[in-house]
Amino acid sequence: MATAAPATSHPAAAHPATSHPAPRGACPFAPPPAYQQAVRDEPVTRVALWDGAPCWLVTRHQDTRDVLADPRFSADAARPGFPFLSAAARQIGAGKTSFIRMDDPEHSRLRRMLTGDFTLRKTAALRPAIQQVADRLFAAMTTGRTRADLVADFALPLPSLVICLLLGVPYEDHEFFQRCSRSLLNRDSPVEEVLAAQDALTEYLDTLTDSKRGNPDDGILSRLVERGELPTEEIGAMGRLLLIAGHETTANMTALSVLALLRHPDQLAHLRAHPEATPAAVEELLRWLSIVQTGVTRVAVEDVEVGGVLIRAGEGVICQLNTANRDEDRYPDGDTLDLTRDTRRHVAFGFGVHQCLGQPLARLELEIALDTLLRGLPDLRLAVPFEEIRFRHEMTVYGIETLPVTW
Amino acid sequence: MLVHVDPDRCCGAGQCVLAAPDVFDQDERDGTVVLLAARPPADLAREVADAVAACPGGAIRLEEGVPR
Ligand code: SF4
Repeated sequence: MATAAPATSHPAAAHPATSHPAPRGACPFAPPPAYQQAVRDEPVTRVALWDGAPCWLVTRHQDTRDVLADPRFSADAARPGFPFLSAAARQIGAGKTSFIRMDDPEHSRLRRMLTGDFTLRKTAALRPAIQQVADRLFAAMTTGRTRADLVADFALPLPSLVICLLLGVPYEDHEFFQRCSRSLLNRDSPVEEVLAAQDALTEYLDTLTDSKRGNPDDGILSRLVERGELPTEEIGAMGRLLLIAGHETTANMTALSVLALLRHPDQLAHLRAHPEATPAAVEELLRWLSIVQTGVTRVAVEDVEVGGVLIRAGEGVICQLNTANRDEDRYPDGDTLDLTRDTRRHVAFGFGVHQCLGQPLARLELEIALDTLLRGLPDLRLAVPFEEIRFRHEMTVYGIETLPVTW
Repeated sequence: MLVHVDPDRCCGAGQCVLAAPDVFDQDERDGTVVLLAARPPADLAREVADAVAACPGGAIRLEEGVPR
């Protein structure tokens, strides 16, 4: 268990024993042992944030769903008591943000401008286009080679190309926005660097959005411009959200999924023997990996009891998705990766009105990525010892930097 | 089984369509829930119950015991 952070600036608070985020234990795929302990001993527990501020950690499945579905918990970062996970996040949160940091009705007004683009049917219609991108990347990765970095050569460019296509963002600029995206999601990035990345990305998208005014295409940015309801900055903020979300999440899910399967040969064999099982496998991998490792933050706007604990108005709450998704009450033997289990109601995409907008797209991309890789490379294996894989503990979205593979 | 939906509470994440595609659909324009069958056949009861449990916005409500 981590040592308690100094709580001097919050003298009224009890000294939480655990820090957030807590370190991972022996298994790099498992949630921090301190949090798994909390699930058993004190499911709604106190943790200390980076600055020593106390915050509630909600670790169980039902409590997580209750909190995230309850409008008495606000996503608005401008509210007093909102828990920020880094100094940079606090500075950004105090300024202009996208609708993920708003409550209804404003949140839903803005979000609905995008939901039509991410329906199941619209997303399913993208399958051939996404498969084409995957096939192209796969060919480039494997032609005349027997070794690759699966992250750089496949897992990252696939969702990156797709989100650029959907938004109408030129992929040629990917190095720039991938760099910005990394800085923004890295809790260890210096504050100035994060703010600079935020500004650069904002300016880039504002300029791009403006350029669509006279020169529309069929991307989402253009469509938002055509609606004529939003100023450039708000369209830019939406674009920023989608661009970042579209990059890091699916890329890391793809790489971690492949790594997890390589570490569980029986599961891999099952999937290879049953290609029709890919959608179910994707759900289980989403549950088991739960890559939004720092959880989902809210602040109570009224006193609310959660799991028998009174959370007072103005107190911060973090819903720890990874422990919720392994809660034994909901998922017996939850620590075991089992591609045949019933994964319904997992909260890997969050829950409540902010639940991931892009989840149909993420599911489809993951399915196509796994099918393409496993079908095309029957001999796929790690090219380095597992111990050499570097996990990205410092990122909001869990993942790995590189994944050297051979076949 | 009688199903009610409240598009005002819908955040368009499509969980209902995933769970019960014969009962729910999404509006083309804003992705909000569209009810295809207010009185779905009994053999879809489990799918509908799954949709209710999966809906993150609490936009689906079930009225039991209504004759089909
Ligand atoms: S699951 Fe609920 S919130 Fe999502 S589209 Fe269906 S009704 Fe709307």
